[in-house]
Amino acid sequence: MEQVGSASSHQAVEIDYMELDKIIEEQFHRDKEKLIMILQEIQWKYNYLPQASLIYLSEKMGVPISKIFGVVTFYSTFSLQPRGKHIISVCLGTACHVRGAEKVRERIEETLNIRDGQTTEDMRFTLESVRCLGCCSLGPVVRVDDDIYGRITSDMTGKILEKYN
Amino acid sequence: MQGERKIQSVEDVEKIQQKYSKQLYYPDGIKVNIGMASCGIAAGAKASLEKALKELPQGNGTQICQTGCIGFCEEEPLVEIFAAGRPRVIYRHITENKILDAIQGYIQGNYNKKWILGQMRDPRSLLEGNSENPLSEVKPLEKIPFLEDIPFYNKQIKIALRNCGYIDPDCIEEYIARGGYRAFMRALSQMQPAELINTIKESGLRGRGGGGFLTGVKWETCAKQSGERYIICNADEGDPGAYMDRSILEGDPHSILEGMLIAGLAIGSNQGFIYVRHEYPLAVKRLITAIKQTESYGLLGENIAGSDFSFHIKISTGAGAFVCGESTALMASLEGNVGRPRAKYVHTVEKGFRNMPSNLNNVETYANVPVILSRGAAWHASMGTENSKGTKVFSLVGKIKNTGLVEVPMGISLKDIVFTVGGGIPKKKKFKAVQTGGPSGGCIPEKYLNLSVDYQELAKVGSIMGSGGMIVMDQDTCMVDVARYFLDFLKGESCGQCTPCREGIKQMLNILTDICQGNGKEGDIELLEELGDMIQKFSLCGLGTSAPNPVLTTIRYFREEYEAHIKDKRCPAGVCKALFHYEIDEETCTGCHLCAIKCPQEAITGEKKEPHQLDQSKCIKCGICYDACKFDAIVVK
Repeated sequence: MEQVGSASSHQAVEIDYMELDKIIEEQFHRDKEKLIMILQEIQWKYNYLPQASLIYLSEKMGVPISKIFGVVTFYSTFSLQPRGKHIISVCLGTACHVRGAEKVRERIEETLNIRDGQTTEDMRFTLESVRCLGCCSLGPVVRVDDDIYGRITSDMTGKILEKYN
Repeated sequence: MQGERKIQSVEDVEKIQQKYSKQLYYPDGIKVNIGMASCGIAAGAKASLEKALKELPQGNGTQICQTGCIGFCEEEPLVEIFAAGRPRVIYRHITENKILDAIQGYIQGNYNKKWILGQMRDPRSLLEGNSENPLSEVKPLEKIPFLEDIPFYNKQIKIALRNCGYIDPDCIEEYIARGGYRAFMRALSQMQPAELINTIKESGLRGRGGGGFLTGVKWETCAKQSGERYIICNADEGDPGAYMDRSILEGDPHSILEGMLIAGLAIGSNQGFIYVRHEYPLAVKRLITAIKQTESYGLLGENIAGSDFSFHIKISTGAGAFVCGESTALMASLEGNVGRPRAKYVHTVEKGFRNMPSNLNNVETYANVPVILSRGAAWHASMGTENSKGTKVFSLVGKIKNTGLVEVPMGISLKDIVFTVGGGIPKKKKFKAVQTGGPSGGCIPEKYLNLSVDYQELAKVGSIMGSGGMIVMDQDTCMVDVARYFLDFLKGESCGQCTPCREGIKQMLNILTDICQGNGKEGDIELLEELGDMIQKFSLCGLGTSAPNPVLTTIRYFREEYEAHIKDKRCPAGVCKALFHYEIDEETCTGCHLCAIKCPQEAITGEKKEPHQLDQSKCIKCGICYDACKFDAIVVK
């Protein structure tokens, strides 16, 4: 199981508690049913979920940290580790799979020397496989940040990644 | 000012309809519609749109607009260009470098005919049958097919997809112009809840999300409960390979809002929720816009159109859990909890979200509702088969020529879908199977191609309708690998609550992984069958009980492939890396050298125009050479 942000693996980020308050109180009115969306918002801010932000959230909302941890580890969107500047999502939906998406993923893994779910040492890229981006007609599909690339073959991956510094 | 805009009656809706029909069908100057759904954007539509907006400033007689997905994804980016009194032309593959020429060509009247996919015969939606066809007086282009006659389109009837690709999804007025919100306004002013429920019951509409439960019966049960009730839309389209819900959410969000409003009216609910997966950011954005517009017209909110009916819709986003497509898990997630299903001794229509009666339907189901009310239950029930009425949207993907979204009447044969609408298998490869129903479905082999596609018939061959994904597989697809793929998916998505699913799937996956790596043993197939049977019988929720389907159907129809893996240690399709290698056939190799250039390992050598050699010790079986060779000289051994 993932550790809740072990201090040694990354430098601590500055948490802006005023901003957290804005998300928790103004945007979502401490609504416990909105926990998932609050977490998404925090992750959007920091690119991952820093441990300190979760502890603060737990106190502010009156939700036990164990429950927050349960939610965070259940849903695949959330990351407790800092992620790279660019997120590469390789779609491994069925349509992409039968058209060779695994080969695309393997190629990216080789190029960046990381495995699925890992981040490059220079924090430039994080590789995440996803199950279906809904662009099945264009498979195999790779998304880098917000850009979607369709009809990818493994020999095209190098050129695409070059665009992101 | 807002008050003046509020819609109070059917007549108000008709006024907006008339006013905006002009914009839709008889624009001033030239109108350019660029298909801007996620798939269009991935194919380059955004760059085309930006280029057109930059180079052709709006207001000089050319309007550049965005629409949703017109369905024929293979030909994206698709661009439609038209003007009053002139043909409506759909251009295909209009990337950034072609967009200006396409528009100029249309303006000048030379049309760039080689880029045309087809022209429209009749752009009206099913809800505007009484109005005049805006193209009835227009002289069609010569030697250009009508869209409706192209095999991809000619078997389709667009009900759920009626507006996708025709309207600007961010413009409520265009939705109204195509007959939108009339059904709801008529229901609000003239129909009793029981009448609404009866209409949906008689139409035979069944849930389009997978279960196929009769929608009207669900509504009726929920309406009978007491206390606060909720209307929920399942937009957590998780089946890999199915994207019709995304297309509707992105291309026609108001059709879902109208369907939910009608459900709210029928069931007596004041609060709706749309649970949409976070992987669809554009869908979320368009839904938010649509809700705001509907509120500003007074069609959502308190005392809608002066009646005592109030209805609100909120959006919740999922966070990447396939199991949340299951109704009880979805409701748990909506409450901000971990999305674990519960046993359904008590149905969610009795006790669901917040422990109150909750009616859950999926996107496509809601999109069908307004049309059924407008055209009548009998009209809907006249389409399809005895137990499956109306149409179903399928996403036709995988190894198929015409990938895209197709909406066809229930009962159409699988062969028609794959070979007529879909155009068959590309690159002269051989059809092997079609996978329906996502990870809960099964693989249907060639011998059942004549099967008529409806809920019952699919169940008979061991598969399900599911949400409508159809993944076509050819000779290069390994069925054992496909089964392994689905189990790998389900292992990751099992919520872990019940043992048969959590442990059973894991064990089946271990066995399949062994088989794919060449470590299969005698008796493995039987063990898989036994485990599959156990998981089907004892799992808690639908995810578990259906999880073994892809394995069991592939064993049933493709047992010889399993045996080749286990006994001969061979993967006939050339997918399982441990069980095949590539060779260059010296007879067929022309020495074009393309493979050698592309090989990332420099494993291929040879003089130009001479047969090449492949060094097995360097080969990583990445398959780049196999895909690159135009002469089929690279063979799987």
